[in-house]
Amino acid sequence: MRNAFAAEVTAMAAEDPKLVLLSGDIGNRLFDELRGGYPSQFMNCGVAEANMMGVAAGMALSGLRPIVYTITPFTTTRCLEQIRVDVAYHDAPVVIVGTGSGLSYASLGPTHHSLEDFAIFRAIPNIRVLAPYDAPSLRKVLSEAVGSGVPTYIRIGKKGEQDLVSNEDAAGIGEATVVRQGEDVCVLSVGTIGPEVIAAADTLKEVHGISAEVVLVNTVKPLDESMLTSLSQRFKAIVTVEEHSKNGGYGEHVSAYLAQQGISTSITCLGTGDKFMHSVGSQSYARAYFGIDAASIVNATQDCLKSVESAAS
Amino acid sequence: MPEAPIQNDMGSLEQIAQMLRHRIIKTSHESGTPHLGSCLSCIDLLVFLYWHILQIDPTDPTNPKRDRFLLSKGHAAPALFQVLAERGFFPVSDLNNYGEDGSLFGEHPPTPSALPGIEAATGSLGHGLPIGLGMALASRISDVPYSVYAILSDGECNEGSVWEAALLAAAQKVSNLTVAIDYNKWQATGRSNEVLGLAPLAEKWSAFGWCVSEIDGHNLNQMADAIEKNRNDPRPKAIIANTVKGRGVSFMEDDNNWHYRIPTAEEVGLAAKELGIEA
Repeated sequence: MRNAFAAEVTAMAAEDPKLVLLSGDIGNRLFDELRGGYPSQFMNCGVAEANMMGVAAGMALSGLRPIVYTITPFTTTRCLEQIRVDVAYHDAPVVIVGTGSGLSYASLGPTHHSLEDFAIFRAIPNIRVLAPYDAPSLRKVLSEAVGSGVPTYIRIGKKGEQDLVSNEDAAGIGEATVVRQGEDVCVLSVGTIGPEVIAAADTLKEVHGISAEVVLVNTVKPLDESMLTSLSQRFKAIVTVEEHSKNGGYGEHVSAYLAQQGISTSITCLGTGDKFMHSVGSQSYARAYFGIDAASIVNATQDCLKSVESAAS
Repeated sequence: MPEAPIQNDMGSLEQIAQMLRHRIIKTSHESGTPHLGSCLSCIDLLVFLYWHILQIDPTDPTNPKRDRFLLSKGHAAPALFQVLAERGFFPVSDLNNYGEDGSLFGEHPPTPSALPGIEAATGSLGHGLPIGLGMALASRISDVPYSVYAILSDGECNEGSVWEAALLAAAQKVSNLTVAIDYNKWQATGRSNEVLGLAPLAEKWSAFGWCVSEIDGHNLNQMADAIEKNRNDPRPKAIIANTVKGRGVSFMEDDNNWHYRIPTAEEVGLAAKELGIEA
């Protein structure tokens, strides 16, 4: 995804002289084409993220369209006050991009995990929260975000994520993509966890005879309420999956919405638990550790349907 | 185009500063707004910038070519509001509801969208300089010429983001950025050189790659000299303005109780007399 990000930013910079990429001393060689072709539109702000976010706000208040880019914990919690005050309070058109989100950097340990960003950003006014699910989806929401002038946070993966849809089918901001049609249960997949969810849906169908609809969601805030209302009328059970803490995550947001609407559709929320992972390992290992890998999704979905059936009988 | 500076007579500017000192003190009494000491130590710098330096047009506050000013020490907003009103960004009478429920005028500046003349909503320390640096860089990137000025407090230099900004400004040779440090030697609860090791302050900014001058922060001619002599220096500029907290009123000067204290009606009268303001 980060290669797609660099290519898209370079293409956008060629079209829009107001676009400026601010990097926190990462992306070695990644932005060579941007730096070479449009040197005034790239700035390495060093390992000084609080200042970088304030600089971005100042640029945005002066008519530029800055994109701030570094590893997710450092472009979110490290400079949270600058995001809240300089960007959000001023409604400054800054696009904040966190790379290596969720458990992408599982092998680097919890200092480089980001499992709290949705929860924190959801509570900050004016900021939109996006989690594109693949490179085509990233390209689409990135250009929409910069064009919109709305302060936006985008969490992306690292590299090697597979494309789940074509460029034509990729969802823009506020849209979702159905990649598996189903009838028994709907699984809402947030961000880059999509391949685990799709694999789980295929196993549910082939092994267990359960027909699961898979919806890839890329917009965490604002919540797509009309989609949720519509899905709750079609399905007796909804499962949400995110590479983020269950505390304050997308699933909790959906649950609150359904409860407030008096909708009785059963909901199961999968996310990471209230703990740090002290061991290191691959992203797959970390997903299994937190119970958000395909096998865990299969089990949780079956349990969810069983409880719905026993409640009905 | 922004208008040229309107006032070159430093004597008249000193009179304006005295008048605004009185309004700040009176407003503090009427509205219960604190930080008098902090306002009185930087009001001379504010008047100097707003009447003599800044290329601004109060009738066109969002002109892209305007100079930008950031009150990074946002708790001196009571001084800034008086300056903006007197300078014509909004009627002085707008300040009559100061501190009331629903008023825009309180302890810190609101956002630019809420009040003309404000460039950034400061109040949390260490934010104004990075934002100002972004504005100064935007001038270069967009090829729209203007200058950016910021006033920081000495206590504010506790914040790491100030020094992060100082490093980037030096690396990028941001010559259209000028910072004035209101060095009144106090912060909220103690001497600023004792709370953290701030001194030697001029040497610190100089070591960070800035063009530094040190002046009496209540002497407008020294301010003008500091700006003029370094105008063509390619580095970002820092003016260490040695000031007195509570300057202009004998019983407030260098007394840190006036960081939070609100004056009584009698004290407002005494201050007016000292400032040479007719009651």
